[in-house]
Amino acid sequence: MKKMRIDRRSFLKVSALGGGGAILALYVKPAAAQFGPQVPPVPSNYIKIAPDGAVTIVAKNPDLGQGVKTMLPMLIAEELDADWKKVKIEQADFDDTKYAGQIAGGSTATPTNWTPMRQVGAAGRAMLITAAAQTWNVPEAELSTDSGKVLHKISGRSLDYGLLASKLDGLKPPALNTLKLKDASEYKIIGRTQQGRDTPAIAAGQPIFAIDMMRPGMLYASFQKCGVFGGKVKSANLDDIKKMPGVRDAFVVERPVPNEDVLPGDPGLENGIAIVADTWWQAQTARKKLQIEWDEGKWAAQSSAEFAQKAEEFSKQAPQRTIHADGDAEGTLKSAAKVVEAAYSYPFIAHAPLEPQNCTAEYKDGKCVIWTNSQIPGNARRLAAEALGIQQSDVTIHMIHGGGGFGRRLTNDYAVEAAYISKQAGAPVKLLWSREDDFAHDYYRPGGFQFLKAGLDSNGKVVAWRNHFVSYGEGERFASAAAMGPTEFPQRFIPNYALHSSVQPLGIRTGSLRAPSSNAFAFVIQSFLDELAHAAGKDPVQFRMELLDSAQPLPPAPPPGRGGRGGFGFPGLNADRMKGVLQLVAEKSNWGKRTLPKGTAVGVAFHYSHLGYFAEVAEVKVDSGMKVKVNKVWVAADIGSQIINPGFAENLTHGAVIDGMSELMDQEITIDKGRVVQSNFHQHKLVRLTQAPPEIEVHWLKTNNPPTGLGEPALPPILPAIANAIFTATGKRVRSLPLSKSGFSWA
Amino acid sequence: MAFKLNVNGKSAMIDAAGDTPLLWVLRDILNLKATKYGCGIGQCGACTVHLNGKAVRSCQTPVSAVGNQTVTTLEGLSADGTHPVQLAWQEIDVPQCGYCQVGQMMSAAALLAKNPKPSDRDIDSAMNGNLCRCGTYLRIRQAIHKASEITTNASARTVQTASVNK
Repeated sequence: MKKMRIDRRSFLKVSALGGGGAILALYVKPAAAQFGPQVPPVPSNYIKIAPDGAVTIVAKNPDLGQGVKTMLPMLIAEELDADWKKVKIEQADFDDTKYAGQIAGGSTATPTNWTPMRQVGAAGRAMLITAAAQTWNVPEAELSTDSGKVLHKISGRSLDYGLLASKLDGLKPPALNTLKLKDASEYKIIGRTQQGRDTPAIAAGQPIFAIDMMRPGMLYASFQKCGVFGGKVKSANLDDIKKMPGVRDAFVVERPVPNEDVLPGDPGLENGIAIVADTWWQAQTARKKLQIEWDEGKWAAQSSAEFAQKAEEFSKQAPQRTIHADGDAEGTLKSAAKVVEAAYSYPFIAHAPLEPQNCTAEYKDGKCVIWTNSQIPGNARRLAAEALGIQQSDVTIHMIHGGGGFGRRLTNDYAVEAAYISKQAGAPVKLLWSREDDFAHDYYRPGGFQFLKAGLDSNGKVVAWRNHFVSYGEGERFASAAAMGPTEFPQRFIPNYALHSSVQPLGIRTGSLRAPSSNAFAFVIQSFLDELAHAAGKDPVQFRMELLDSAQPLPPAPPPGRGGRGGFGFPGLNADRMKGVLQLVAEKSNWGKRTLPKGTAVGVAFHYSHLGYFAEVAEVKVDSGMKVKVNKVWVAADIGSQIINPGFAENLTHGAVIDGMSELMDQEITIDKGRVVQSNFHQHKLVRLTQAPPEIEVHWLKTNNPPTGLGEPALPPILPAIANAIFTATGKRVRSLPLSKSGFSWA
Repeated sequence: MAFKLNVNGKSAMIDAAGDTPLLWVLRDILNLKATKYGCGIGQCGACTVHLNGKAVRSCQTPVSAVGNQTVTTLEGLSADGTHPVQLAWQEIDVPQCGYCQVGQMMSAAALLAKNPKPSDRDIDSAMNGNLCRCGTYLRIRQAIHKASEITTNASARTVQTASVNK
């Protein structure tokens, strides 16, 4: 067993996964090593053509509802010139000898695959043309293709791809970078709405989810952990449990190394008690009879109240560190015409994808097969191999469709547990966590506190910005997804800028939640900017435009290729692109031109993350009982030159808005006596159908930039857009999330 | 304990403790996997099935309480996956992750059975118990209207055919 120590390199990986642009700018190289192509794509690993003409395209990435199982094959099919309606799609297993970047994280699927997947398709097409040229003994230059056929227009001949299948074997694929890709005007598949490839199976209720997996002789497992992070079993009534109906086994699982460091992003096996039974309900029934004496360890006293108190103390002290400083923020604040000061905070929140954590594993004779909905299956393989004491090459990972991920399945704890329990039980095992397990043992979006101070000059221009960011960590290390990078907006837009930090220790796991850090930072920064706009007496859109106009030049972009734009080496915010979407959303929402009834108002916000530029306007009605109805939302986005699958892109954007609304109003994880208080959806609420905005308009600003992802960047602006609208409607400025703590609720 | 259930028009004998939720009988004993576990406390609606045609949460229904009521799961909604809600869900391409959608379709099908032309308000009250973590609510609403249209058109066609045959 390797020691599960977090070294600098793996910490950087964790940060990279979690990161918005600002954090990642620091760590271009390791991030690129993680996400850039490790193996060059080989066409035969992606495209299969059967003699009957059936074209099968392999979808290489995990799909948990973000649409890549449809989108990535579209890129291949376009350049292959296949007939999309006839293309079959096959989900890849995890195989890092064939496929690069098999992860679902960071909205990276589009930017990292846009070029290589099209090249794979183009290579396949070139090989079919070569095969046809050889068959007909004509020059390749005389040939063209159309929807699954090679054409020789001069002679009027055509050959179905299937008829060329047998002739491809001996051909060497062309070098990918020599291929000429289609001009966008020639696209027949990209840019046109294609139905989700799993939609028919979902509508038919087919068993496509990990939780539906069955194996011959399979048993079911429950896993009981200590409510306090790192807690260990001292004793338990396992003999009684083993006598319960249907129970096959019950045993203590002990993490092989001490478990007190909370910082690792994906720590592998943790302490607890496994119960294995003929059915899951029997395992759960037995579990209710467990009597356990825990050694709760050193985190048993921590509480959210204590975190807040400590943050308040930090705010009055000199910060522990300075993350970044431009000019002289302190000095300028002293001489500014107007100073605005505000304390913002946001809570820990849970991911709670609707399919609870589960995994099926089958350990036999020193080998293990795992069926998982992991977002990062490579880690599942490595950590399972470590926990089982076998080689990674003896672990097979099947990537199964996931019922949502949102970042939760970037940690593979449940998969490692399933593998370990299968070995102990000597049978294939499906481990299923209850929803309560999920809420108690998440990798929570870290809470945080930001103590802000800004100075305006006599023209209402922001001349100084100071942020004391209070987060969690130890020394120079931040907890996972709890860092702020030196280039976080509005750095580069205000001449005197200081970002300081202080951290306090934390005894719960944290991790990336959809648009990590951005989902909290956008609320703080764009709400505070709104305060500044009002203090300056300026229109919130105009004020933001002026701020964007004051950009310092972008630092040089990371080099192209590995770690370049296609990787995780995010360049900084491009002010012109942001002004473009801000302008567009103002136009589409008729900003400043509509007269709204009393109690109804609009709010605006923008945010750059994961290479995406999003500006959003919310129209909100607040009644005298502080009940909030979001009447309508306008979204303007610049994610490059193409929206690959427009219908799904719109669906995903609606979802991001609604997800952000849930975070804004009702979600909070609190800690008491070392334990998470909230146990299920009644205490950590999702927006329901009646609360969703009846209308969400999505407008794409297509610019001459490579296409990038949108699952994450679409989310952050909605929180401050709504909060800013509430301020205009009611005069109440909410600086602490969720809004429900300030008496608001959905209408 | 042994229970005789009527599931999707077939009689099934099962053996389970009486407090076993119908959800787990369907999924783990009868191997009907369409019905999903989401919360176990009746908050999310992923486990929605019909009991005598009425939408209920199968995670809150002990198998001992089912008796001779007819149980319908999504697998039994239509013989070939062509119930109007299933057609509409595909045409509108509602799902993102898809995990909640069986429960959504079951609630929608129960609504349409008693109210073939629901208003937005009717949809609100029938569907508010079904959570969608991905936030596909706008499309769910659209798909229910579409399913209503398919149902209404189908019955209009039936009526038309009948009158032609006269």
